[in-house]
Amino acid sequence: MTETLAAASAPEVGASPAPGPLIHARGLTKRFGELTAVDAIDFDVAPGESFGFLGPNGAGKTSAMRMIGCVSPMSAGTLQVLGMDPIADGPRIRARLGVVPQQDTLDTELTVRENLLLYGRYFGLSRAECAKRADELLDFAQLTERAGDQVEHMSGGMKRRLTIARSLINEPDLLLLDEPTTGLDPQARHLLWDRLYRLKQRGVTLVLTTHYMDEAEQLCDRLVVMDKAKIVAEGSPRELIERYSTREVTELRFAAGVQETLDGQLEGLAERIERLPDRVLLYADDGEAAVAAAHARGLEPETVLVRRSSLEDVFLRLTGRSLAD
Amino acid sequence: MTAFPLTSAFLIGSRRSLRLVERNLFVYKHGWLVLLSGFFEPLFYLLSIGFGLGALIGTIPGPNGQPIPYQLFVAPALLASSAMNGAVMESTFNFFFKLNYNKTFTSILSTPLSPGDVATGELTWALIRGGLYALGFMGVMVVLGLVVSPWVIFAVPAALLVGFAFGAVGMAATSFMKTWQDFDLVQLVILPLFLFSATFYPLETYPEPLQVIVQLTPLYQGVDLIRSLTVGAISPILLFHVAYLLVMGFAGLYVVSRRLDKLLLQ
Repeated sequence: MTETLAAASAPEVGASPAPGPLIHARGLTKRFGELTAVDAIDFDVAPGESFGFLGPNGAGKTSAMRMIGCVSPMSAGTLQVLGMDPIADGPRIRARLGVVPQQDTLDTELTVRENLLLYGRYFGLSRAECAKRADELLDFAQLTERAGDQVEHMSGGMKRRLTIARSLINEPDLLLLDEPTTGLDPQARHLLWDRLYRLKQRGVTLVLTTHYMDEAEQLCDRLVVMDKAKIVAEGSPRELIERYSTREVTELRFAAGVQETLDGQLEGLAERIERLPDRVLLYADDGEAAVAAAHARGLEPETVLVRRSSLEDVFLRLTGRSLAD
Repeated sequence: MTAFPLTSAFLIGSRRSLRLVERNLFVYKHGWLVLLSGFFEPLFYLLSIGFGLGALIGTIPGPNGQPIPYQLFVAPALLASSAMNGAVMESTFNFFFKLNYNKTFTSILSTPLSPGDVATGELTWALIRGGLYALGFMGVMVVLGLVVSPWVIFAVPAALLVGFAFGAVGMAATSFMKTWQDFDLVQLVILPLFLFSATFYPLETYPEPLQVIVQLTPLYQGVDLIRSLTVGAISPILLFHVAYLLVMGFAGLYVVSRRLDKLLLQ
């Protein structure tokens, strides 16, 4: 059944002539009174791409998404979505968007299937078409057996799946996902990732925000890291790791009280050294060599962990370790 | 600061607003019994006050000064006030829930629909509902022999006009409300309107200065309009009533759309 969906949406993507960027933003700015939520950011999203906004809470990710979704007018800059102006062509752009908001906005007064049917009607689809797509999407979201249930009584994971299914009812060219898996258990997250990956394979352009590094690594071809309303880095997950971190990270934990006595003994062990309250991080391409060097200096950590660098290291380096809010 | 352009499609909506009517049909499919309440409310008042008290009162001066039976005096006023009550219920409690708890409108505004579509759609639903009640009540008036003039057929659209005016202003007021407690204020406005708009006794009962004030209140427009139509007392003042209610309704719609923009599209 999902195959028919793919077949229906694929030609449309291929048919659009000479595809420019689906989203084109220059100096995009959002101010709320005194507060600048998004501060003159530039980015482009190409058709078929999976693009991520990564950043701590309050970095401006949701504000950026809302401007793209044409539900929030920008304060300054230029923004084009699907080649159109969100201010003048909001309804026409929204007709081709799928939106998964941060908080579920399912219609709790209706059943699972009715949520899909009615949402299709908002896009002006015929009742027959809505019914056909609703059944396909229920299947896609593994909710066919819950079709007649009231939304109110469903688990968080099911609601999230339904929200994603709902966002696909108009077969969007561009899918906007604001923290799609926040608050879900690992099973639900993996199922959702799988569903999103399938959409990506069908050529749907995904734009998502997240503060989960594993999610960004799983889903994003390219991402920008936002901090304090600005873009601080841009690239593929791999490029970002290469640019802002080392291949490996070595974590050394010392016995209580020892770490405070290490002043001057760590310098030169690695390209970059970070001292946290509970451990020392050595950023070096060869972690084992860093461990050997530490032992050679007579350091005796209680535990040693050598691991590959992840986006999380990049993220923490770029946005700092202090809490955003 | 740019903003979404306040076109008529943005503020008043388009044919897409009918999707909101469809949504309400879906919702009430699950609990259609609730819908019956609006029919019985004015009927109970008519039986108790119109016929109960009416038996003691006998006749009373109608809109053109001619004495009419008390039931005939009070029935059109009940039609007007139930149109008000129905519209206010739908546009306050239900609207508040959809706006703040169910997030219905938030999700709708990420589709091609505009705030004007939402406001007009919700109001259209309230009017369809109110129209059915008005027709039902009209049927009761026919059965009880309270129909004396052919003008009475305009009483149903007049009741819709009352619903339009109060529904729009009710939604506008609700868009400023923060908590459920604020709804006590709604009762504080609605109850005196219901009791003092020459609903149960003629305007002339009031001393002169008070009469002027009552004549400027919104429900009085509906009561006098529907009562005059019911007994066939047609005069130019009815046009004033119609204009008053139309202005009130469109002003309310304008405010609701602006508020939905401010609350949901910033």
